[in-house]
Amino acid sequence: MLRFIGRRLWEGALTLAALVTLTFFVMRLAPGGPFSRDRKISPEILDHIKAAFHLDEPMWAQFGRYVWGLLHLDFGPSLRFRDYSVGELIAAGLPYSLTIGFWAIVIAALVGIGLGLAGALRRNSGVDYLAGTVGVVGIAVPIFVIGPLAQVVFALKLGWVPVGGSDQGWRSLVLPVVVLSLPNIAYISRLTRGSMIEVLRENYVRTARAKGIGARRTLMVHALKGALLPVVAYLGPATAGVITGSILIETIFAVPGIGRHFVDAALNRDYPLVMGITLLYGGLLIVFNILTDLVRGGLDPRLRGHG
Amino acid sequence: MARSLSTFQVQLRRFAGNRLAMLSGAVLALIALGCFVGPLAFPFTGEDADFDFISAPVDFGSPHLFGTDDYGRDLLVRVLEGGRVSLTIGFLGAVTAGLIGVLYGAVAGYAGGLTDRLMMRAVEVLYGFPYVILVILLSLLFGGGNVALFAAIVFTLWLTPAVIVRAQAQSLSRREFVEAARAGGMRAGSIVWLHIVPNCAAVVIVYGSLLVPEVILSESFLSFLGIGIKEPQASWGNLIETGTAAMGTDLRLLLLPGTLLALVLFCLNFIADGLRDAFDPNER
Repeated sequence: MLRFIGRRLWEGALTLAALVTLTFFVMRLAPGGPFSRDRKISPEILDHIKAAFHLDEPMWAQFGRYVWGLLHLDFGPSLRFRDYSVGELIAAGLPYSLTIGFWAIVIAALVGIGLGLAGALRRNSGVDYLAGTVGVVGIAVPIFVIGPLAQVVFALKLGWVPVGGSDQGWRSLVLPVVVLSLPNIAYISRLTRGSMIEVLRENYVRTARAKGIGARRTLMVHALKGALLPVVAYLGPATAGVITGSILIETIFAVPGIGRHFVDAALNRDYPLVMGITLLYGGLLIVFNILTDLVRGGLDPRLRGHG
Repeated sequence: MARSLSTFQVQLRRFAGNRLAMLSGAVLALIALGCFVGPLAFPFTGEDADFDFISAPVDFGSPHLFGTDDYGRDLLVRVLEGGRVSLTIGFLGAVTAGLIGVLYGAVAGYAGGLTDRLMMRAVEVLYGFPYVILVILLSLLFGGGNVALFAAIVFTLWLTPAVIVRAQAQSLSRREFVEAARAGGMRAGSIVWLHIVPNCAAVVIVYGSLLVPEVILSESFLSFLGIGIKEPQASWGNLIETGTAAMGTDLRLLLLPGTLLALVLFCLNFIADGLRDAFDPNER
């Protein structure tokens, strides 16, 4: 177990190292610079600014400086928000992104599993068709179409929730969380339905029933455990989906999280901020993939010891 | 006596029997036809401003059927032209990413050993990257524009076909007919190209069809964020973005491109489902 975690962490560290290197050089090689969008400044002043951020050094030296800083947990200064460090900006934005992402995953898992189970147990019933519809719509209609439509209906027409922003507490979270959870509800309900139908045909479920365990207990303890395996396996990639989604969601709903920061930083060539957020996303993805594998191992003894 | 059918013919028939998939195919063909031929029927292009019709509403009597945007550009023509870009990038992107993935996977799976381990380790590392981040960064690196967008999307989407084909190629490389080819002195390159790749066709068709909506989604996602295709060129992504900005006053600008994009994605998903059921019945 510990060896497994250790190995996965080591692999994760390698991935992160590759990610940092690639991101660093891709950013620097991309045309344009952090100060090319500013109003005209004289070349001497530009040189001074560049020197202040060490942008005049050769690229390998800048890379070395950046990695050295990372090893001391220093993500460097932001080039656009001159008074803030990247660490401060991330610390300010992360709570919004995490709150929305967390609730979106929780709701997606609960509603998705619920719909999937209902569909599998009452096949071709109204619930099943509802689940099927949600599944198709959630997968096919992108959130940047659903999001604005939801804003029009629930915020502008009905006035139940604010259009966006973050100044109304939980009320401003409702739309972003619900919209972000939709595609995942779709995937999870499809997965749950499919695997539950399969599991119900398994011999061990029949054995459980034959032994005289009640229908309810068979379902909830024996079948569910097997049926949830693919769902749990999906939660790792789902995190990646939520990261993608949060970039869109924060743009659509004007949430001051790190997703929107990332897009702005990438467009403005704010190198350190892009690097910081990329590292954070990469790290989150790796941690979630490891957690997913651990939970899968817990649910399915066949997966243990192989990994 | 019934004529005997090859597996491929059986699969095609099964697909043709799937009504939802066939209907989706027809709708998709219609939309594609509209996008590629439709704009020719109008005397103006989507980038021509008509100053007599600024922000015109839907009016089937006027030359601008679905009205114009606030520059006086015809909305319908812009949406159709945007569709041209989206569909082209979608199909070309899926084919290119699929091709790269298939070749990479086939070589890795057939070669085995150290080559395979190194090649798949590279794929694993790339898999650990947050995909959107990579697309955004790459499209910046290639300098923006259609080609940059295309390259960035292809670069991030060839991984899944590579992994799938590699597994298939690995089991194929141990089969008798491949062994026979090897014993007969066939070169490794020819074996991969003539025996391994064709035998992965079914898997590739099924997963390749899933790539198309994925590419279209990536394209419109990036254009929506202002990173992909930029004004004045139209794409569904940047049209939806414009529509979002105006949604408080004029929902039409959001609804037309949004509906069309959703419709195309629906169709592509149903077709992919149909292909999977026809070619890979064990999956479900």
